[in-house]
Amino acid sequence: MSALASSVLPDANGHFGPYGGRFVAETLMQPLEELRLAYERYKHDPEFIAEFEHDLKHYVGRPSPLYFAARWNRQLGGAKIYLKREDLNHTGAHKVNNTIGQALLAKRMGKTRIIAETGAGQHGVATATVAARLGLTCVVYMGSEDIKRQALNVYRMKLLGASVVPVESGSKTLKDALNEAMRDWVTNVDNTFYIIGTVAGPHPYPMLVRDFQCVIGREARAQILEQEGRLPDALIACVGGGSNAIGLFHPFLDDASVKLYGVEAAGEGLNTGHHAATLCKGRPGVLHGNRTYLIEDDDGQIIETHSISAGLDYPGVGPEHAWLKDSGRANYVAVTDDEALKAFHDLTRIEGIMPALESSHALAYAAKLAPAMQQDQIIIVNLSGRGDKDIHTVAAREGIKV
Amino acid sequence: MSSAQKKPVTAPAAHINRITQCFERLRAQGRKALIPFITAGDPNPELTVPLMHAMVQAGADVIELGVPFSDPMADGPVIQRASERALKFHVSLRQVLGMVRDFRAQDTRTPVVLMGYLNPVEVMGYEHFARAAQEAGVDGVLTVDMPPEEAAPLVAALRAHGIAPIFLLAPTSTAERIAKAGALAQGYLYYVSLKGVTGAATLDVADVGRKLKDIRALTPLPLGVGFGIKDAQAAARIAQLADAVIAGSALVQKIEQLADAPDKIIPEICTLLSQIRHAMDGVTATTVQ
Repeated sequence: MSALASSVLPDANGHFGPYGGRFVAETLMQPLEELRLAYERYKHDPEFIAEFEHDLKHYVGRPSPLYFAARWNRQLGGAKIYLKREDLNHTGAHKVNNTIGQALLAKRMGKTRIIAETGAGQHGVATATVAARLGLTCVVYMGSEDIKRQALNVYRMKLLGASVVPVESGSKTLKDALNEAMRDWVTNVDNTFYIIGTVAGPHPYPMLVRDFQCVIGREARAQILEQEGRLPDALIACVGGGSNAIGLFHPFLDDASVKLYGVEAAGEGLNTGHHAATLCKGRPGVLHGNRTYLIEDDDGQIIETHSISAGLDYPGVGPEHAWLKDSGRANYVAVTDDEALKAFHDLTRIEGIMPALESSHALAYAAKLAPAMQQDQIIIVNLSGRGDKDIHTVAAREGIKV
Repeated sequence: MSSAQKKPVTAPAAHINRITQCFERLRAQGRKALIPFITAGDPNPELTVPLMHAMVQAGADVIELGVPFSDPMADGPVIQRASERALKFHVSLRQVLGMVRDFRAQDTRTPVVLMGYLNPVEVMGYEHFARAAQEAGVDGVLTVDMPPEEAAPLVAALRAHGIAPIFLLAPTSTAERIAKAGALAQGYLYYVSLKGVTGAATLDVADVGRKLKDIRALTPLPLGVGFGIKDAQAAARIAQLADAVIAGSALVQKIEQLADAPDKIIPEICTLLSQIRHAMDGVTATTVQ
């Protein structure tokens, strides 16, 4: 089996319908083309695939379980809910699937220095982790606002030997960290590999991050067939940039009976102006190297987003999600900070699993959808990360000092 | 300064070729183009048009006017902060077009090139933008995050309205990509003289010379060189190799230093430009046949 073979999309120029592409300054065009060529070569290379799969099994701990949340199911009623336990991966989230893959590419391309952007810090930690393991220099760009919100992950990265560079420009969050990482790459492109953490950015990133994350959906598909003897009726995953969602959805795209739900952050409410629901409320534009839906003003300036979850707090979204929305294959919905928090507490108290606030958005939508479905129907929710990193956020929200 | 005494001679219809005319005129004089870049609205919107006129008086041949954008990924901190200062006044694409229209009321000869990012143009719509830009008197558009591969629809709209699409070339550009950009571009090509963002550190003149030679073999368009040109001396060396010297971060940095004393901005920018002008003319007069 060629584990990384991708589907017909994107086309040769990285387009998913009108979305995607490669919108970067000229200096980056050649490095991106070199990356594409390297990836096209190695994704069919049995040795590369074997090393990737070996690392996923022995270092990450895959396959991650597909867990039937029986007690939560009884309380909610309706469809059975299975949780894809990406929270049990090494480093605590799905992000590491991709950083393992990209770091292996970096090594084969002879790059000695790794850079990354991070919002919540999960991708930064996953990058610092693989860089430590491969002995590569690692620099992580992080908005200074996010550094304040995610002190624990900042220290984790430093322990792993990475330099964390605070980004003071713009809104001082993920989008600005991405700008800064691009600037670093354009300057140091000879020895540096840029590990992008989500299915956005210029071609080939949305494609290669998707391919590395598709292990989630391939496993889930095999596991549900084994446990239930049939495909699920619905898949639910949270969408910031959208890497955990695309990883779960993609291996099911051709299964027309499986409904796909991407859950965005409605923040304080979709009509408050304080949200990060790009597909629900945004419109197409060009940012960070790809054409996709964006949250922007009437002049095309990018607007600051809001979500209780730093990992969903991004004004763009992966171009393949934009395409899945327009084509009608996937549905994009949004849940508020409060709804996500309720799901965080519910899963913690009912199942003894503390989900990341990002993943709590997917869970909150499952709690809405399941009771409206039949008892013999099945939902798979991507539990994309664990919630330890969010304890301070939850406590502060409830006025508790930890 | 006297070298740039300009009288309005061209009728509006001739605006199609304002950039080409400018390079032809300079070639006949054995001189190279000086192209200053400023961000529109920096440090305040009232200063931009007077500053443009003053830069022409100080020897600018073409003006590159930056369109502020919230996420200027290809720019360094200096130009990003210029964008942020302008955005505080909500200076966006529509306001920039208004500034060009105001500039044109007095200067119908100096080409104006808008330089910015694609998203504001996307939101306005290519056709609407191209028409509005033509009406305002824009001569060229350089969209830094739009490489030739993605450019066909915007290039078609710009050309239909007599506006030159301008593209970047970089040290990493292959012969194939140089040819591609050369085929789509009009006016001039902008060679990014080093890897990195605007305002970055060093400039290897010999390197630039070699690359320009490669590029000239593939396109007849005039070549401007920007990124890393910090002073008159660097400009003079580049003027020996290129058709145009583009000065951006050095000017924007000066504006930033004087943001709290805006009265000084025009005289200080003019002094800097005049120094660059004289240094360029000093070397080109002897090296160009």
